[in-house]
Amino acid sequence: MLQQKTLKTKTYCYHCGDDLPQNLYFYDDKQFCCLGCKGVYQILSDHNLDSYYAYNDIPGQSQKVQSKHFEYLDEPEIAAKLVDYKDEKITTITLYIPAIHCSSCLWLLENLHKINSGVAQSRIDFLKKQVAITFKNEQTSLRSVVETLVSVGYEPLISSQDVVKKQQADFSERSLVAKIAVAGFCFGNVMLLSFPEYFGLSDLEQQFKSFFGWLNLAFAIPVVFYCGKDYFSSAYQNLKKGVLNLDFPLALGIAVMFIRSLVEIISNSGAGFVDTLCGLVFFLLIGKWMQQHTYHHLSFERDYRSYFPVAVTLINDGKEKPVPLNELSIGNRMLIRSNEIIPADAILLKGEAEIDFSFVTGESLPVKKTLGEVVYAGGRQLLGAIELEVVKPVSQSYLTRLWNNEAFFADKNRIKTFSDTASKYFSIFLLLIAIGSAAFWMLYDGNITKAIAAFTAVLIIACPCALALSTPFTLAAVLSIFDKNKFYLKSTAVVEELARIDTFVFDKTGTITNPEAAGFKFEGNITEEEKQLLSDLARNSGHPLSRELVKLLNISKVHPVDEYVEKIGRGISGRINGNEVKLGSSAFIGLPLINSPMNSSVHVMINNQYLGYFTFQQQWREGFKDLTFKLSKQADLHLLSGDQDHDKQILIPFFPRAQQMQFAQTPQNKLDYIRNLQNSGKKVLMFGDGLNDAGALRQSNLGVAVTDNINNFSPDCDAILDGAAFHKIPQFIQQAKDAVKVIHISFVISLIYNTLGLYFAVQGLLSPLIAAILMPISTVTIILFTSIAARLYARKNKLL
Amino acid sequence: MNMIYFLIGCSILLALIFLAAFFWASKTGQHDDTYTPSVRILFDDDIIEEKMPDKTDEDHI
Repeated sequence: MLQQKTLKTKTYCYHCGDDLPQNLYFYDDKQFCCLGCKGVYQILSDHNLDSYYAYNDIPGQSQKVQSKHFEYLDEPEIAAKLVDYKDEKITTITLYIPAIHCSSCLWLLENLHKINSGVAQSRIDFLKKQVAITFKNEQTSLRSVVETLVSVGYEPLISSQDVVKKQQADFSERSLVAKIAVAGFCFGNVMLLSFPEYFGLSDLEQQFKSFFGWLNLAFAIPVVFYCGKDYFSSAYQNLKKGVLNLDFPLALGIAVMFIRSLVEIISNSGAGFVDTLCGLVFFLLIGKWMQQHTYHHLSFERDYRSYFPVAVTLINDGKEKPVPLNELSIGNRMLIRSNEIIPADAILLKGEAEIDFSFVTGESLPVKKTLGEVVYAGGRQLLGAIELEVVKPVSQSYLTRLWNNEAFFADKNRIKTFSDTASKYFSIFLLLIAIGSAAFWMLYDGNITKAIAAFTAVLIIACPCALALSTPFTLAAVLSIFDKNKFYLKSTAVVEELARIDTFVFDKTGTITNPEAAGFKFEGNITEEEKQLLSDLARNSGHPLSRELVKLLNISKVHPVDEYVEKIGRGISGRINGNEVKLGSSAFIGLPLINSPMNSSVHVMINNQYLGYFTFQQQWREGFKDLTFKLSKQADLHLLSGDQDHDKQILIPFFPRAQQMQFAQTPQNKLDYIRNLQNSGKKVLMFGDGLNDAGALRQSNLGVAVTDNINNFSPDCDAILDGAAFHKIPQFIQQAKDAVKVIHISFVISLIYNTLGLYFAVQGLLSPLIAAILMPISTVTIILFTSIAARLYARKNKLL
Repeated sequence: MNMIYFLIGCSILLALIFLAAFFWASKTGQHDDTYTPSVRILFDDDIIEEKMPDKTDEDHI
């Protein structure tokens, strides 16, 4: 047992938990998978920060991809844009660090001053994955602080678009919370002061009646003019546009309640409706807060600027100088190092370029470029450093031109919600009843007081508080259910839109394929020894397929290769350890007719014996087949791929109508395709993942970005779906439909309460007590019903 | 019975103090991050053998 345990702990890296390779690294009797992980451990143990590993097992992240350059942070003009505050002594900066994930991260980053003594303070906001660092200018610089972070494995994501969420959002939420606090404070006090009125005052206590009344009125003033002012301004704005939204009857109700209370209390003719008024505003604001409150801190409004680097290194007279991206102009010579992104269309001048365009074009294999060729912006250089000359400014490049499209300027059409539609009819109906009952009393017995009483009572009792709350509470419940299932929506209105979708458009690479699982599969029999030979041979070639193969085999080099021959586009051969090894297309191998299913097959021959072939196979995401089957029953499915059509045959079972599969689509094509669908009256949901889908995601009724790491970059969208939850899409859609059902039912319930109240109101019999009972009861009923029903449906849909 | 005027005044004053305290807390950002402090409090204090760190280093700004 004990032995088994020690064996088990030996199989992964002490820092990041990755499987150990054959040649691992040792330090302090601990094993590491790479130099990066070992380096982080060394730094931490040198600074007595070993507790990092005590709070959590394997708290680190893999350090295999590294080598970042931060010279640009020394440029004052670039740094000035990034810092929050700076004076002679100190600088404060907020950085977004995607790697933050556990309490060890928190502990380490807040103890940053032990590694870099210039750091005065570092505080983490765990949920936002942000760290606010204050450092002393004398002792350290922005660059060295960032490099300290990188050295311990927490690389901040620095981009020209604000990834650090704007503080503005916080302020609007703060002011709403303040309003709720005031409304709650007034509501509580007014209830207390109203109780004597409900239970009846003895003659002795009559002197208090007007005192309580005036106090109540004093409490109502902040509630109406501070807490409720948004309802008045919103109703006014909408009336000017000729729209009757739900804020109109609400504002009307608040105003009428206040005026009638004012009159009753001043004239000492009654107690007024101040208690109902305060309760109404209090509950409404809570509903508003529920609607705005998000459970996560994801950014849904990113464009290419948050993907591109902040600065680029220019070469001028042999000297390297970092400049901000927006100063990059045509003719500049820029230096792109390994793993950096090319920010503008440019001509390759020097170096070996192999560029990964998967994020831009959806093409999954890296592309080799020759000198003098134009390299489009957005690609990531995989080999060593290259030098390029800019031919187009950043904003006019092939990829970024997409953002000049009108779709990005027009505000996305506000999603029309059920409550918008319903409130229009509701408001008109309400006004008709109010005027009708007033007219009735005028004509029936000419009693103007009673007519006014009935008119105001109708507006008070029918104030659609429960109605206004049903949507936010249902949708907020659904939002939190979706959140738990790793489907993150931008706002509550997205749920209603989701229920209306009738057309689904999928991107291929990265969206329906699993980027992790894509790879080679070997058809045939091969021994470990033969694999070794293949790996040694393929290591010599720069061809993408060879590189993929080496990665797949994951064996370190053993034998040297003699007589190495590479025929470009056909194959490679060589003599290794006395064996003749050939790797390449069937023609290269010299075999007649092999029925290989695809072009991208690599055949293997060792010592003139055919062993089989590797195929490059896309792995669909888990449950994709099931998903298309379920969705196609109720909706149209389309595929838009930036890739060539070599997967068309395999995809036919999923997309039975071949004309609904489009290949080799440019970003602009995708956008236009969605627009055409919409013009034919479809409600389109687009699933995409890369920058090339950004236009389509924006244009569609509902853009969903699919990603395997929600903290990675994802383009502008309405929702972010974690790849792990991809197979749950039909359940999400069913849940959205059920949510709309719940809203409809709760609408009916609140109408019943309104009718009940109207029964008293039209007769002019509405007493403050009835209003004060009916309003909270209806509100509580709706809140309970919507929250419970939404959760029951979620259980039915297996989302809880 | 006139005592009631005084008592109500007291109760409202008290409630106002709490409201003001809430405003102050909200304004100084105490409700902005409600998660991190719950983790932070669980960390042990470091046992520092050599010497106490400079006080200024801890209580900055």
